Amino acid sequence: MTPPNTHPYLLESASQTAGPYVHIGCLPNDVGLPMYGGANLGARMLGDGFEGDRVTVRGRVIDGTGMVLRDAMVEAWQADAEGRFPPDAAPGFHGFARSGCDADGVWTFETTRPGAVPFADGRPQHPHVTLMVFARGINLGLHTRMYWPGADLDGDPMLARIEQRERRETLVAREEDGGLRFDIRLQGPGETVFLDV
Amino acid sequence: MREMTKTPGAKGGLIQRARGVHPPAHDPAYRTTVTRSPRLAPLSFPSGPAEETGPVFGHDLLGERDADLITNFTGEEAIGPRIVVTGTVRDETGRPVPGALLEVWQANAGGRYRHARDGYLAPLDPNFGGCGRCMTGEDGTYAFRTIQPGPYPWPNGMNDWRPAHIHFSLFGHSFGQRLITQMYFEGDPHIPLCPIVGTIPDPDAVDRLTARLDWQATIPMDTRAYRFDIVLRGRRQTPFENRPEAL
Repeated sequence: MTPPNTHPYLLESASQTAGPYVHIGCLPNDVGLPMYGGANLGARMLGDGFEGDRVTVRGRVIDGTGMVLRDAMVEAWQADAEGRFPPDAAPGFHGFARSGCDADGVWTFETTRPGAVPFADGRPQHPHVTLMVFARGINLGLHTRMYWPGADLDGDPMLARIEQRERRETLVAREEDGGLRFDIRLQGPGETVFLDV
Repeated sequence: MREMTKTPGAKGGLIQRARGVHPPAHDPAYRTTVTRSPRLAPLSFPSGPAEETGPVFGHDLLGERDADLITNFTGEEAIGPRIVVTGTVRDETGRPVPGALLEVWQANAGGRYRHARDGYLAPLDPNFGGCGRCMTGEDGTYAFRTIQPGPYPWPNGMNDWRPAHIHFSLFGHSFGQRLITQMYFEGDPHIPLCPIVGTIPDPDAVDRLTARLDWQATIPMDTRAYRFDIVLRGRRQTPFENRPEAL
């Protein structure tokens, strides 16, 4: 039998803010730096050879005063339509995307509706994408989820853990212009539920 | 999907994040956090496949000069103190993390970023873009070459300066390990004065973000070396843990 751990335990390195120039490192081609063959990492969730439904997700990141952030980066990670994660996912499905915010503060990526993925105890969860938000003034990347509309708010094992029932709505996208819309509120009324997983 | 396994020594869930080593979301001394920090408690639950999987990047992602910030912008050499940064990426269980992707970005030798929003008076270096990337090998080690960045002033308090630093973005093996941080340089007097460094509650955690001069690795008459080891979150290695069958 393998012992639990024979190495000394270490402490995780401390997080620091991604700062105002996160684009230079993570989205250089968006800020006039022609790097990496002109393609940013995570430019496309759906790559060559992907076959299936496509949907565009758009949203904004909003601070505690209602101001829309223009310097944030949002990353997405999700399963394919069958609930499989790369490298076991459908051909052309990368599962990962990242987007900066444009002049209007809008981040966006194109994806497909994911299948059910199990919760830690094995129960299926409603279709969702994991999101991480990085920006100046955010000391530790903020982890959240966007659920597809029509979520059974009582049936999903994660959503059921949210004590204030009205806050579950902060994690559900709405349909808009043929795609999905999901705003992330960092603070104040309608504050998004953030996760510590 | 609901099948459960009992595999002695199999990987369990992510170890609970040690919140005490990380900065709190709200720290008024770093003023931008005041309106960007959640006020409500985060929701905790055990990790599952959504957090225990993550994007996998192959070494074929990397271009020939991605890890050389001195020449990767124009092909000509950037100006400033030449350094190599090396280190090992491990997880909390002490094991090396092979195949981790590191993205780095930084100011130039004068403390200026190549960015439309940076108006600091230090000149841009026409041959310095300020970003690069590399991956860890099978032993968890990484290396990149760059110019030592300069300190610079930033709008926060009336007279706040950032210590010289390099931003690091890391992908381990699972999305729950995702980490963005900054590396500082041993002996920099700006470190204890900086409100962003000061968001970290534990001085030992700041010390672990401070790279050491690696004298033995220094290339004589050419390039100094700094060593910066990084620890990502780990997963439990617990015998007899009940786990859902992985997908």
